[in-house]
Amino acid sequence: MVDKNPYDANPTGTFFNRVQTFEIGTYPKTETVHFPKSCLHCEEPPCVPVCPTGASYKREEDGIVLVDYDKCIGCKYCSWACPYGARELDEQQKVMKKCTLCVDRIYDESLPEEERKPACVMSCPTSARLFGDVHDEDSEVSIAIRENGGYQLMPEWGTKPANHYLPRRKTRIKIHEDELERVDNPLSKEERKRHNAPGEGPSLDDMTSW
Amino acid sequence: MHPAFSVLFLTTLIGAGQGLFLALFTGQIFQQFKLMPEQHEPDFYVIGSAVSVALLLIGLFASFFHLGRPERAWRSAAQWRTSWLSREVIALPITMFAIAAYGAAHYFGLTHALFFTPGGTGIDATLLLGLFATIATYALFVCTGMIYGCIRFLQEWHTPLTVINFILLGTASGFTIATALSAWMGTELTHFYASWAIFFTLTAFVFRIASMIRNRKIKPKSDMNSAIGVRHSGVQQKAQGSMCGSFNTREYFHGKKATFVTTIKYIFIFLAFLTPLVLLIMSLGISSGESIFVVSLFAAIAQYLGLLAERWYFFADARHPQNLYYQQVS
Ligand code: SF4
Ligand code: SF4
Repeated sequence: MVDKNPYDANPTGTFFNRVQTFEIGTYPKTETVHFPKSCLHCEEPPCVPVCPTGASYKREEDGIVLVDYDKCIGCKYCSWACPYGARELDEQQKVMKKCTLCVDRIYDESLPEEERKPACVMSCPTSARLFGDVHDEDSEVSIAIRENGGYQLMPEWGTKPANHYLPRRKTRIKIHEDELERVDNPLSKEERKRHNAPGEGPSLDDMTSW
Repeated sequence: MHPAFSVLFLTTLIGAGQGLFLALFTGQIFQQFKLMPEQHEPDFYVIGSAVSVALLLIGLFASFFHLGRPERAWRSAAQWRTSWLSREVIALPITMFAIAAYGAAHYFGLTHALFFTPGGTGIDATLLLGLFATIATYALFVCTGMIYGCIRFLQEWHTPLTVINFILLGTASGFTIATALSAWMGTELTHFYASWAIFFTLTAFVFRIASMIRNRKIKPKSDMNSAIGVRHSGVQQKAQGSMCGSFNTREYFHGKKATFVTTIKYIFIFLAFLTPLVLLIMSLGISSGESIFVVSLFAAIAQYLGLLAERWYFFADARHPQNLYYQQVS
């Protein structure tokens, strides 16, 4: 992972995961969306068949899309064929790089089982990221996608990304105006005045129901 | 997309080289099948093939500058089953060798008929090699065009017009070069090539305009909403994940003003089509001598420069959907 001119003019580097920020709406009715973007490990990865060397490949066993850095000639053709801009050429090693889903971590048996997850999933302080098998109907991720309306980016291209995004979650209550004030409040000042007229005061029946 | 000069030179040079070979072979066919008076100009075919191979070689050389790891370029022939780029890598040397063999056959005078067609035309080794080289040439044209045409995300390129234009533009420039070459060598074929060059330049012009009209009407399939999955008409980017440039901002944007792109468009229409057309029509009126060479040479040079501009525009014109994620830093 290159970090070129880090303290100079025009610094640049290769990212596996960029967290971008978008603003939705116009002030004052705006919302901020932070949007992590990495390789989505598409089920129909258009970046793989175009690679002339076979350096880009999709693993049969788990569907992870990887680049073999020893085979890549840095022709950039695969990056043209990814609609998400997930692939970035490493300016120093001159080979194509992209998110590996931490393939070295998730199968590392020296790690405790619960830590065999991608680094981004492990480090997210709010647990906004989930990791699991999208093909297993009962996995945490499948349930989240199913129950919480998970969606794919740019579905119009038919790339079928394995990575899904969950809609933003908000807590909303619906209050109608007439709910803000009780209309039939017998304890309000006005009601009490009216009821305190002789013979019209509230009886026990007004306050309770038996 | 960002137009990389290595690719501009690669595609225009090999296109011209292929076109030049097609011109040579067309000339031979017309003579051999008695569609025009026969001349014996082996030198013309030999030198023509040499120029054609040289163009292909320089193109190939330019392409290496596009690679990050040129020393591994041999690996790129591996995935010919799925990748048009891989197929091009195979088709290019085959075409080169086939054209070189065609030139060599002329050089060694392998022109005695091996057998005769029912019509009595002698079929010799040069004709057979030329036929093979023609097939290779067209295969190479299709591979080069499909490299761009097969990427469905680049909607400006994803059309049969891309392949058609690569074939027509390459052929047109090749015939113009053949005109200049034949004028230089003082063969009788100059007017024959000039007429064909006019025909191909005009056809290429029509198809290039057609592709520009098509591209003007393209509606991008992706928008901000599908890119981040939020349905709202007012989505604005505020950060791209880093404050400075990245591969994504360098590779997919041409970084020039719209007026610059429009200027390039008019330059290529003028240089690649109008100028050579006028010059080639002029050359038809000149019987022979120095002046016809000068006129056709200028036509060839103008057309080649025009095609470089055309290729620049071809890249700059294509908008990649990933750009949606790299709108602004702010
Ligand atoms: S997100 Fe891009 S790089 Fe990753 S698998 Fe899909 S197409 Fe390929
Ligand atoms: S840059 Fe590397 S991985 Fe991408 S298509 Fe070229 S050789 Fe394959």
